[in-house]
Amino acid sequence: MALLQISEPGQSPQPHQRKHAVGIDLGTTNSLVATVRSGMAEVLADEQGRELLPSVVHYTKEGVSCVGYEAAEHSTSDPLNTLSSVKRLLGRGLNDLKTFGTQLPYEFAEGSGGMPKIKTAAGLVSPIQVSAEILRKLAGRAEIAFDSVIDGAVITVPAYFDEAQRQATKDAATLAGIKVLRLLNEPTAAAIAYGLDQDSVAERVIAIYDLGGGTFDISILRLSKGVFEVLATGGDSALGGDDFDLEIANWIRQQMGMGEDLDPTEQRILIETAKLAKEELSQLDQVELEVLDWQGILTKDTMHSLIDGLIDTTLRACKKSLRDADVSLDQVNDVILVGGSTRTPRVSEKVAQLFGSTPRCNLDPDKVVAMGAALQAEVLVGNKSGDDMLLLDVIPLSLGIETMGGLIEKIIHRNTTIPVAKAQEFTTFKDGQTAMAVHILQGERELASDCRSLARFELRGIPPMVAGAAKIRVSYQVDADGLLSVTARELTSNVESRIEVKPSYGLGEDEITTMLQDSFSHARDDMQARALREQQVDADRMVEDLQAAIAKDAEALLSSEERQCLVVAIQELKALRESTKEHRVLARQIESVAKASEEFAARRMDASIKSALAGQSLDQVEKG
Amino acid sequence: MKLSSNFFEIFAIPVAWQVDRAQLHSRYRQLQQEFHPDRYASGSETEKRLAVQTASLINQAYETLKSPLKRAQYLLEQQAIDASQESHITSDTSFLMTQIELREALAEAPSSADPLAALEDLRAGVANSYLEQQAEFAGHYESDNFDHALNSLAKMQFSSKLLDEIEQLEAELEDL
Repeated sequence: MALLQISEPGQSPQPHQRKHAVGIDLGTTNSLVATVRSGMAEVLADEQGRELLPSVVHYTKEGVSCVGYEAAEHSTSDPLNTLSSVKRLLGRGLNDLKTFGTQLPYEFAEGSGGMPKIKTAAGLVSPIQVSAEILRKLAGRAEIAFDSVIDGAVITVPAYFDEAQRQATKDAATLAGIKVLRLLNEPTAAAIAYGLDQDSVAERVIAIYDLGGGTFDISILRLSKGVFEVLATGGDSALGGDDFDLEIANWIRQQMGMGEDLDPTEQRILIETAKLAKEELSQLDQVELEVLDWQGILTKDTMHSLIDGLIDTTLRACKKSLRDADVSLDQVNDVILVGGSTRTPRVSEKVAQLFGSTPRCNLDPDKVVAMGAALQAEVLVGNKSGDDMLLLDVIPLSLGIETMGGLIEKIIHRNTTIPVAKAQEFTTFKDGQTAMAVHILQGERELASDCRSLARFELRGIPPMVAGAAKIRVSYQVDADGLLSVTARELTSNVESRIEVKPSYGLGEDEITTMLQDSFSHARDDMQARALREQQVDADRMVEDLQAAIAKDAEALLSSEERQCLVVAIQELKALRESTKEHRVLARQIESVAKASEEFAARRMDASIKSALAGQSLDQVEKG
Repeated sequence: MKLSSNFFEIFAIPVAWQVDRAQLHSRYRQLQQEFHPDRYASGSETEKRLAVQTASLINQAYETLKSPLKRAQYLLEQQAIDASQESHITSDTSFLMTQIELREALAEAPSSADPLAALEDLRAGVANSYLEQQAEFAGHYESDNFDHALNSLAKMQFSSKLLDEIEQLEAELEDL
């Protein structure tokens, strides 16, 4: 931590204090929260000792009536107000629902920017709000266990989630008032929980097959000396065990001689019956079914014929990821099964067949993701030195922009290790052109219309010049959570164009702020005080960091004039920190000092990278 | 924010065509152990932003040095030669004729008796030429003959692209 951790040991602003960190698995069907106690990951149970929390929220006229098991009880009696499987809707547009929304019995309305909202007795709710309720419930469970607020959480997402789905997950956490330490890919979390890095010094290649209720992921990782390097990832963020249930339910419906226009209650009953039959067929060769006034028999073979097509789809994705990872089937040392749907014996049977080895599933496939997330949270929050563990994950789907003729030009290719930054130069094609539209997409297809639209923005304020003279550099940065940010600059005049990336389907910054304020409106003064306190802490930290940096590196890296400018900026910040009661004012000043010190920071970073490996002989590096 | 570090400098290895992959990989992991954003997850916003930028730079440097094609491009760019993909083509006509024949073979592969075997034959041949072209590039580059090196790079680009397409087709055929 030579570069950025500037405080000297013993001079850190606060004495070391154990922080409360949790890992949250926000699942399609069930969610869990886990933490680390005495070095071991442990799933936290509710008062009744139940570890799973069904991802179900029930709404009444008054608002949210209950979450979890209590909510699930309403699913057949009040299906339209009992929302489940909303993870399938996160980050999706109303248009996407036409392809898979029929499975969900809700009534939809269009929210801002094409985001679907669900009609409930409590009014329109967005999938993000529903997810926030589930997260809030889990955070509450942890707070009771800790008897304290939580300091941060690692929240897991399917590896194959695109940017919009990741952003929606993070927004849900923000709404629930949870500080997100990292969005972690579910298969990677499982790999951590298995701790496979510890039982071998040699490099190992592992495949993690993760079939949940509504999503499927395959990740190929290389593990060695505590480094988890994701080589490739693939999957389908709209395929899971729920689809098995749906296939079986459809079969039952056809046997009953019923048409497709079932009412929501009938639909629920069919699906519940199908789910139960699937589970029973894990043990039995056939089950007797009784639905409404129909009776029949479902055999194991019939069920296999119904679900084999879906399993084969997942196996094709496995082969594709192996090819992307440049790994052959016999190079895979371990196969790990994750997700409740891998309990269906047919799944593990076919996975074993493909890989030619018996998959590992000794950890509970429902709990393993939350446990891995808890272990990572423990490191990220600062309780445990992370020197022995590092995750290098990848972006699951290529990022690109729309070009002439509705084609897509890829800027960052799938399976590139994140964080990653890329820049691209554009020019104007008309004389005097001052604005330019950019459309960012994610996906592998050739046509923009076949890819997911992430955001559109307009570059404005380009100085008028003859066609082709302006040079606009657009920079794309994908962070370690897989989230994208974009900046643009006109190079010949150095005008920085203000750009606003408007998510295609998601909440705008304003919307989140409004929702947060609404939910806290009774305690707005508290909020103000808290916001001010947070900014003061940030200001103190910045002053301290910068002073230390100046003491250490100003001589080598700054001119006396540059140094003087920074010293003045620091003094101004210190003065303002004491005098102002307005958190926004302080925040602005912090931002401006950050900007003023950016060049210094860059030079220090440069120097630090250069010295990171300097002076080491080849042998030392190899041993390290 | 501008970063001036040369990619070779970051990994503390000499600016040269030959790169020891194992050493590169080991140093890559060592650098990410130190600079990855996970190391700064509980740091200030500035620290986090810097860590994201630094780790991105390290990833970019690693990607570039790992790939023969990108490394060759980067080496020529260091000599102030524009080696970006569209800026030059080879004028070697017999090479171009061979490329046309290879593309025809690729187009015909799916309709041959054993498409996967045909593709594998094709792949092995192209992979072999790709290695030869890399050796050719290395020879020119090391004797400071950058114009010829640029020509070898153009050939490498043909082969690399063809290998990608062979793989793509292989994937499609296996999926059927």
